[in-house]
Amino acid sequence: MTPLERNDRLIRIGLLMIALSAISILAIITVFIFEQGTPIMFKYGLKSFLLGRDWYPTEQSFGLLPMIVGSLMVTAGALIIGVPLGLASAIFLTEFSHRRLTRILKPVIELLAGIPSVVYGFIGLMFLVPFIRENFGGPGLSVLAASIILGIMILPTVISIAIDSIRAVPDSYREGSIALGATKWQTVRLVVLPAARSGIVAGIILGMGRAIGETMAVIMVAGNAANIPDSILAPVRTLTSNIALEMAYAGGEHREALFATGVILFIIIMILNTLANVTTARQRRK
Amino acid sequence: MSGTKNVIEVRDLNVYYGKFQALRSINLDIQANRITALIGPSGCGKSTFLRALNRMNDLIEGCRTEGQVLFEGKNIYDPETDLLELRRRVGMVFQRPNPFPLSVAENITYGLRVHGITDREYLEEKLYRSLQAVNLWDELKDRLYENALKLTGEQQQRLCIARLLAVEPEVVLMDEPCSALDPVATARIEDLMYELKKDYTIVIVTHNMQQAARVSDYTGYFLLGDLVEFGETHQIFTSPRDKRTEDYITGRFG
Repeated sequence: MTPLERNDRLIRIGLLMIALSAISILAIITVFIFEQGTPIMFKYGLKSFLLGRDWYPTEQSFGLLPMIVGSLMVTAGALIIGVPLGLASAIFLTEFSHRRLTRILKPVIELLAGIPSVVYGFIGLMFLVPFIRENFGGPGLSVLAASIILGIMILPTVISIAIDSIRAVPDSYREGSIALGATKWQTVRLVVLPAARSGIVAGIILGMGRAIGETMAVIMVAGNAANIPDSILAPVRTLTSNIALEMAYAGGEHREALFATGVILFIIIMILNTLANVTTARQRRK
Repeated sequence: MSGTKNVIEVRDLNVYYGKFQALRSINLDIQANRITALIGPSGCGKSTFLRALNRMNDLIEGCRTEGQVLFEGKNIYDPETDLLELRRRVGMVFQRPNPFPLSVAENITYGLRVHGITDREYLEEKLYRSLQAVNLWDELKDRLYENALKLTGEQQQRLCIARLLAVEPEVVLMDEPCSALDPVATARIEDLMYELKKDYTIVIVTHNMQQAARVSDYTGYFLLGDLVEFGETHQIFTSPRDKRTEDYITGRFG
């Protein structure tokens, strides 16, 4: 073995160790969350955790249903607001706008992803919450406010992945359609979007993951009452908010119940990521 | 061979890509129910010319067209031209088969649906007749709802031709339709072109001189944006008038 070859070998081993340590940190976190969170779930029964409506952690009542429903509601709301806006923007930027305009606008949209979530939350609290309170009633701190803020926060993810998958559609499809006398919009709707569908869906799922995991902005505008909201104007508490709000003073079983909240969040996000991977893999195989 | 009417008359056609002039003052008539072949080396403007006939060049940024293309006597570069209708009547088959990533049936009915036809029975009738016209019906009648991307290259190209025939064009433009196919498939597509010319006017761009000699009635030779020579295929290949054409067809150039 020449000295240079030995050098390559050392670098390879060094990089392998670094990569392994990154992966093992991830593994340790996972094991730790489950180790801390699952015993209490089995002690009081999975059913009382997943379906219990009462969260009084100091009185051994650990019903997480309001938070599970809350997370799903604000995430669904974020998608209802973010997906049409994001998809429309992506279609405009890829198919209808001038190339120069796209070159300016796409980085601007990606910049949106760089704004800290506390800033989104602050803007929501200062402008959106009073607006909802004055125009629609209720406390303003609500499912609606959280959905709108999250809908805006997932836009960069949805838009940039949709742009990439629409661009990946071969131009020959567009030409074939135009040459048959189809309009541009028909071409986009009937050929381009179906061809880009799995990429677009993967982007939506990643956006969904972002919405369900977001904490700070949601705490600031959602009101955080641990009840199942009876309208979109009612306050709501999500799984992430539940952990962040109570971790400072939780001890004993209360603390374990917060870890259990983390376990459920972890599982939901794992499912979403797997879905995203499966759909993108299917697109690549085509 | 003469005597049929001109479907397309090209008058002083100039096409520019930015500052580059791709076609220089082209004059050419295309006769009904004949196959007109355009030959020449790569990059000499034959595809550009073909795409000028149904205004597909409009899709290319920076492309500018001067002169007239008269289709049934009307200049298609008039501002009031209905582009959607023009492209329905002057259809195009591309170099690489480009079926949509939809089912075989959806591919065939696509053109009809975008032109607003929704009558189920009519669509089914068209599906049958278009596939029949390109000799695909027997092969594909049990696979109508499979994704068209699963077909072989030749089947895909036939499907693209069938998709075009479904909208009842008058002229079929073919841009090197066999360049992605093997020789056997090529021969079968050529047979198909021969059948189709009974009902359609065909213009084909090819870099394959044997193909032009085999299938076409008229041939035009393009070189560096000029139409060097145009005439009956037989005459072009046996007694070309221009020295440059002779060099090309005898293989001394290109």
